[in-house]
Amino acid sequence: MTPPLLSAPLLSAPLLSVRDLTVTFRAEGRTQAAVDRVGFDVAAGEVLGIVGESGSGKSVTALAVMGLLPANGRVASGEILFEGTDLLRLPARKMRDLRGRRIGMIFQEPMTSLNPVFTIGDQIVETIVHHERLGRRAARERAVDMLARVGIPSARRRLDDYPHQMSGGMRQRVMIAMALACSPRLLLADEPTTALDVTIQAQLLDLLNDLRREFGMAVVVITHNMGVIAEFADRVAVFYAGRVAEEAPVEPLFDRPAHPYTRGLLASTPRLDADAERLVTIPGAMPNIAAPPPGCRFAPRCGVKVEACEADRPPLVAVGDGHRAACIRAGEAAA
Amino acid sequence: MSARAPLSPNPSPPGGEGSALDAASPPPAGGRDRERGSTATTPPLLEVRGLTKHFPIRAGAIVEREVARVRAVDDVSFTVARGETLGLVGESGCGKSTTGRLVLRLIEPTAGTILFDGEDVTGLEGAALRRLRRSMQIVFQDPYGALNPRMTVEEIVVEPLVVQGGTTRADMGREARRLMDLVGLPAAHVTRHPHEFSGGQRQRIGIARAIACRPRFVVCDEAVSALDVSVQAQIVNLLQDLQKELGLSYLFIAHDLAVVRHISDRVAVMYLGNLVEVADKRTLYTAPRHPYPQALLAAVPVAHPRLRRTRPRLTGEVPSPLDPPPGCRFHRRCSLAEDVCRTEVPALRDLAPGHAVACHFAERTGGPPPAAA
Repeated sequence: MTPPLLSAPLLSAPLLSVRDLTVTFRAEGRTQAAVDRVGFDVAAGEVLGIVGESGSGKSVTALAVMGLLPANGRVASGEILFEGTDLLRLPARKMRDLRGRRIGMIFQEPMTSLNPVFTIGDQIVETIVHHERLGRRAARERAVDMLARVGIPSARRRLDDYPHQMSGGMRQRVMIAMALACSPRLLLADEPTTALDVTIQAQLLDLLNDLRREFGMAVVVITHNMGVIAEFADRVAVFYAGRVAEEAPVEPLFDRPAHPYTRGLLASTPRLDADAERLVTIPGAMPNIAAPPPGCRFAPRCGVKVEACEADRPPLVAVGDGHRAACIRAGEAAA
Repeated sequence: MSARAPLSPNPSPPGGEGSALDAASPPPAGGRDRERGSTATTPPLLEVRGLTKHFPIRAGAIVEREVARVRAVDDVSFTVARGETLGLVGESGCGKSTTGRLVLRLIEPTAGTILFDGEDVTGLEGAALRRLRRSMQIVFQDPYGALNPRMTVEEIVVEPLVVQGGTTRADMGREARRLMDLVGLPAAHVTRHPHEFSGGQRQRIGIARAIACRPRFVVCDEAVSALDVSVQAQIVNLLQDLQKELGLSYLFIAHDLAVVRHISDRVAVMYLGNLVEVADKRTLYTAPRHPYPQALLAAVPVAHPRLRRTRPRLTGEVPSPLDPPPGCRFHRRCSLAEDVCRTEVPALRDLAPGHAVACHFAERTGGPPPAAA
């Protein structure tokens, strides 16, 4: 039942361990927590899916891991352990070195991540030369290999193209080639296929799946799309309003979602393979993080809330093997 | 050419639930030359024939001349029945949004005919066009960009009434409150500005504006695409409620195949400016016959991890509409392509009543449905 990858954290330390992470932003003279004591582990070779809607804190978490928070944001507390080292205590120079070499990343919009005035070849070669003791000629060969590996036809010729000469799908392939050029141990992919058409999304998910097996790397994929999770993730963390609402291996999450928010999210997603008379909705909207509700942040929208839900933050409680939910009624509801 | 229907107040019954549609409406237009059977008593609310839009690309230092044309929409024909939702799907650049704008006369077609309620509206101008706009409206994708930030919600939702004229100031206030109520927003919020609302609420405001003139036909152009799933479901339900209450017909343009399945009665699939398949939604999603919709459905991520499997993927990308391939525009990505596909454009033809496919080999493309039923 349990895939072998899931037992890995028990045997060895996780590759990435985020503990009690709080990220605050200053806006309009006030400090607000976009991420509020969030924690999760990623084992070597594992794909962790982080799913949530706008404002859930999923992208901010990724930026914090990369050390790339915008100027008005800061990590207020917590640890981000990568291969046992707390990234938050790493000097900027060392962090720069780690980023791109040990941890790769891809974002939703490749056009804004690629420099428009350099050829894609220059940009990939730059990454390789920066991180490894490799001459430009050898780095260029590696770049050609990587572009071919991510499915770019006539890779050698495309090396001299500028980003605007490529389609969105091709640019995202270039981003993946660049992220993987130094064989990272961890890939952070923030909405990697969201801007792309569905046939191109399918090609890229297949590609990422092949590459992560080939390179034996772990992936944290951040998405709002439950389909991408179902297709790609080994384990899932559901984010809501800056907190983890539920985490579970992917099958139990779809079979026995324990948090009312997860259940609502799954039920309100229209199905491709079935007709429904009417969509189930979650009433209301995500709370404003500047003034979050007390207790459980989902309580104002929750159909099964009781008085105690609005008193204290619900702890993550175990409801199954590797399956935890931040709901005081999770035990009864999951049955 | 066609008999002009009397201008009666909307006589159409609210949309039935799916099953009645094929009976209530004539079969979807198969090809542009096909004449509808004389048995049809009322014309469909909307019928387009041979709709075409080519955008010229001009260049030249001193004298500009046309050097190429983007063939955004090419010879597209379909109908929308009263109370019906026709879903229009396809990937970026397939021409689905251009089709929606052509139907509304927001841009001028290069060729083709648009019949609304039996009347040829392709050449309408001035006051007559403005009258038509009362009946045909649009909801846009971006709830942030589509609302003027300096106007109050009341000003926004009654603006179409101002443009149309004939409504007194006092009536407008009342109308604004009625519209807010219809779309599920507190009527007291009419004095607020768009930035005070969430994305989902803004989309409700955009819908209120679209239904202000009591239209009969609304184009929803990616109307729920920018919204989070839990909010998207609220707006989809609202659109369906309004359809029943007001007897609306929708052209629902979207790239999300699951949302389209949920909201549509019939679905049309576009590829590179052409319609490739039109069918009732059950047929289209369980037994599509054109290789492109088959591949499109196979590409959608599965709904449950246990359904994961390796599926044949569509390779390559959509060719440029500047220089579409000859013959069938899909042939370079199609595993079934033969010589005829490279030279002859396949006509959209009826495979069964209400099921039209533009493929030379539609008779032998059947097989297991790509999406598990």
